[in-house]
Amino acid sequence: MNNKINRSGYFSKGLFSRNSLTAFAFLAIPLAVYTIFVIYPVLQAIWFSMFKWDGLGPMTDFVGAKNFLKIFADPVFRIAIGNNFKIVFLSLFIQLPLALFIALIIARKFKGAVVYRAIFFLPYILSEVIAGVLWSFIYNPQFGIQNTILVEWIPFLADFPFLGSPTTVFYSIFFVMIWKYFGLHMVLYIAGLQNIPQEIEEAARLDGVNWWQMNLHIILPLLKPTIFLSIFFSIVGSFQTFDIVWAMGKGEPVNAAETMVTYMYKFGFQRFQLGYGSAVAIVIFIITLIVGLVYQKITASKDI
Amino acid sequence: MKKILITALLAILLVSTVSCSKKESDGVTISFWHLDTADEFKATWQKQADAFMKLNPHVKIEITILENEAFKQKIATMMQSGNPPDLFRSWGGGVMNMYAESGLLRDITDELKKDNYIDTISEGPLGVYSYKGKVYGIPYTMGAVGLWYNKKIFKDNGIEPFKTWDDLIAGCKKLKAAGITPIALGGNDKWPGHFWWVYLAVRTGGKEAFDKAYGRSGSFTDEPFIEAGRLLKQLVDIKPFQKGFLGATYTDQSTLVANGQAAMELMGQWAPSVQAQNTDDKKGLGDDLGFMPFPAVSGGAGKITDAMGGGDGLAVGKNAPDETIEFLKFMMSGDNYKELMSSPISILPTVKGADKYITDPQEKAVAEMTAKAEYYQLYYDQYLPPAVGEVVKDATQGIFAGTKTPEEAAAMIEKAMKEEN
Repeated sequence: MNNKINRSGYFSKGLFSRNSLTAFAFLAIPLAVYTIFVIYPVLQAIWFSMFKWDGLGPMTDFVGAKNFLKIFADPVFRIAIGNNFKIVFLSLFIQLPLALFIALIIARKFKGAVVYRAIFFLPYILSEVIAGVLWSFIYNPQFGIQNTILVEWIPFLADFPFLGSPTTVFYSIFFVMIWKYFGLHMVLYIAGLQNIPQEIEEAARLDGVNWWQMNLHIILPLLKPTIFLSIFFSIVGSFQTFDIVWAMGKGEPVNAAETMVTYMYKFGFQRFQLGYGSAVAIVIFIITLIVGLVYQKITASKDI
Repeated sequence: MKKILITALLAILLVSTVSCSKKESDGVTISFWHLDTADEFKATWQKQADAFMKLNPHVKIEITILENEAFKQKIATMMQSGNPPDLFRSWGGGVMNMYAESGLLRDITDELKKDNYIDTISEGPLGVYSYKGKVYGIPYTMGAVGLWYNKKIFKDNGIEPFKTWDDLIAGCKKLKAAGITPIALGGNDKWPGHFWWVYLAVRTGGKEAFDKAYGRSGSFTDEPFIEAGRLLKQLVDIKPFQKGFLGATYTDQSTLVANGQAAMELMGQWAPSVQAQNTDDKKGLGDDLGFMPFPAVSGGAGKITDAMGGGDGLAVGKNAPDETIEFLKFMMSGDNYKELMSSPISILPTVKGADKYITDPQEKAVAEMTAKAEYYQLYYDQYLPPAVGEVVKDATQGIFAGTKTPEEAAAMIEKAMKEEN
C-alpha cells in the first residue's frame, strides 16, 4: 500500500501533473477565501493607511507616512501599547503560574477533582462581552453586589470605584481577564500532566524525591511543550484584547484602560478617521508579527 | 472524468454565490432603524409601521432596534460599507452633514415641498436636518438641555432653583454637607459630561465666540472656552458627583436621580421618560421632578435664555425607495404625529401647531425655553465633525478626571479643529 503511493507519487511528478492539479482544485477554495479575507484586506489597509480618509467618500488626501508619525506622537497610543505589554507580562507572571499551580493540585485524582476543574473552567465558556457586562454590574459602586459583600468583609473597599478611577480601572479589568482565562490554561496543563507517564513519577518516588523536587526537576521539564503553547496563546490573546475592555467602559476613563485595538476601533469607527485607523492596524500587525517571530526563535532554539 | 467533475463542482459553487444576490421583485421593503429599546417606545414605532403597511399592502417595513451606543457603532460601519438603512435615527448636524457630503443620504427636499408639506415643520429644527440647502431628514422632537432636579431634596435642604453659577456651586456644597450626592453623572459615556462644558461655553462666550471659533476667525483657545473649563474645574473640585462617576453610564446617572439618590442631572428633554424607565414602578420622581435652565455665568456674553440642545429625527438613506418618504410624512402629520406626541418618544413637537398636545408643565417649560432661545446651540458632539466632537468629549472628560487643565483641554479641541480644516 505504502509502496504504491510512493511510486505513483502525489508530490513527485512536478507542479502540473494530473494529481497536483487535483490538489490545486481542492486548494482553490481555501486559497481564494484566504486571499479575499486575509491577504486582500491587509494590502487594502496598507493602502488606506497612507490617506487622510473618513471612510465614506473617495480617497483624495494622500498623506504618505504622516499617519504613522502621528501614532507614535500620540500619548494615548503610548498608554495603549503600554497596557498591552502590561497584560502580556502580568499574564505570564501571575495568570500562568496560578493556572499551573492549581493544575498541579487538581490533576491528581481525589474526590471532587472533576468538580473543581469544571468550576475553574466555567468562566472561560462565557463570551468576553458577557463576562465584561457581568463584572461591570459587580463593580458598580452604587448598585453592584460588591456594595453588599465588601461592606461586611472589607469595609474600606465598599463602594470603591473600581472602574471609575484611572488608577484602578486597568487592574480591575485585568482581574476579570485572569478570572476568565486561567481556567483555559489550567485545562491545558492538566492535559499535559496526564501525558506524563506514570512510571517516571513512580520511579522518582522510589528514588526518594520530595514534592518540590518532583515538580521542579521532573514534571516541569516534561511539561515544557504545553507551557510554551500556553505562553503563546497568552501573548497572542493579550495583543488582541478588545471585547472585555470595551464591555467594561471602552478603555475609559481618560484612556487609562485603552488597548491598541480599542484605540484603533475608536479612530476607525467613532471618529471616522479610517486612514489613521488603518495605520494603527498596520502597527499592531507589525508588533504582533515581531513578537511572534521572536517567540518562535526563542522556543525553537530551546529545541521543542 | 475526475477533472470534469471537479470543474463542474467549482462552476456550481461560483454560480450559487452569484445567484444569492438576486433582488426581491414584488413589493417594497423599507429598513427602519431606531434605538428606542424601552417597550413603550418600541410599541409606538411598531404601531406606526403597522398602520402604514395596512394602508400600503405592497410595503414591508423591517424594524431594527439597537441600544444607543451599539446603534452609533453599527450605523457607522453601515455607512462605511456604503449601505445605509432606508430610514434611521439621526441627530442631524455635523455627523449627518458628513454622510450627506459623501452622498450616502437621499435628498428629500422636492418630495417634502410637494403640497407645501415642508411648511408644516418648524424651520429651526428642520435646519438641523438640512445641509447646503437640501433636506435629508425630519426631526420628530427638538428640545433643550437643562437641570432636572429633585424638588423635595431641594426643599428639605432649603435650596432655591439656581439663578447663577455661584448659586449652583453653593447649592452643591450645601447638599454635600448634608450627605446627599448633588449631581449624578454618567462620566464613562462622555456625552453627558460634555454638556456641562458646552453649556458653560454657551454662557461665557455666547453665540459670537462659538461662531468665530467654528468659522476659524477665532479659536477654541479663546478666553470664553478656557473660562468654561475653569468654571467646570471649580465644580469638579468640590466633588459633587456620585462615587466612581467616571466609570458610570448615562443609565446609572438616570437611575440615581430617578430613585432620589442624587439631587439633579444635566440632561435633555428625554430625561423624565428615561428616569421613569429606570424606576421599579416606571413612574420616576413624578411631581417631585423639577426643571430649571442652566444657570447664568456672571460677566458671560451669553444670556440665560440661550439654550443648548438638540433633537431626534429620522434621516433617509441613499437607496431608500420613495415609499420611505411617504412613510416619514405619514408619521409626521395629523393623528399619527399626535400619537407620537402622546408617547414618550416625541416630547416637544417639531410639527407646527402641535404644541397644544403638551400637557406636562415640565415639558411646557422646556418647550418655551427652546422656542424663546435667541441663540440655540446644537450639542457640540453632533454639530462639529465627528473627529472634533469626539475630542471635545475626551477633553471634557479630562477636566472631570483632573488629568487635563482647562487650557490643555481647550488646546486639544483647537488642535483637532485645525486638523479637520
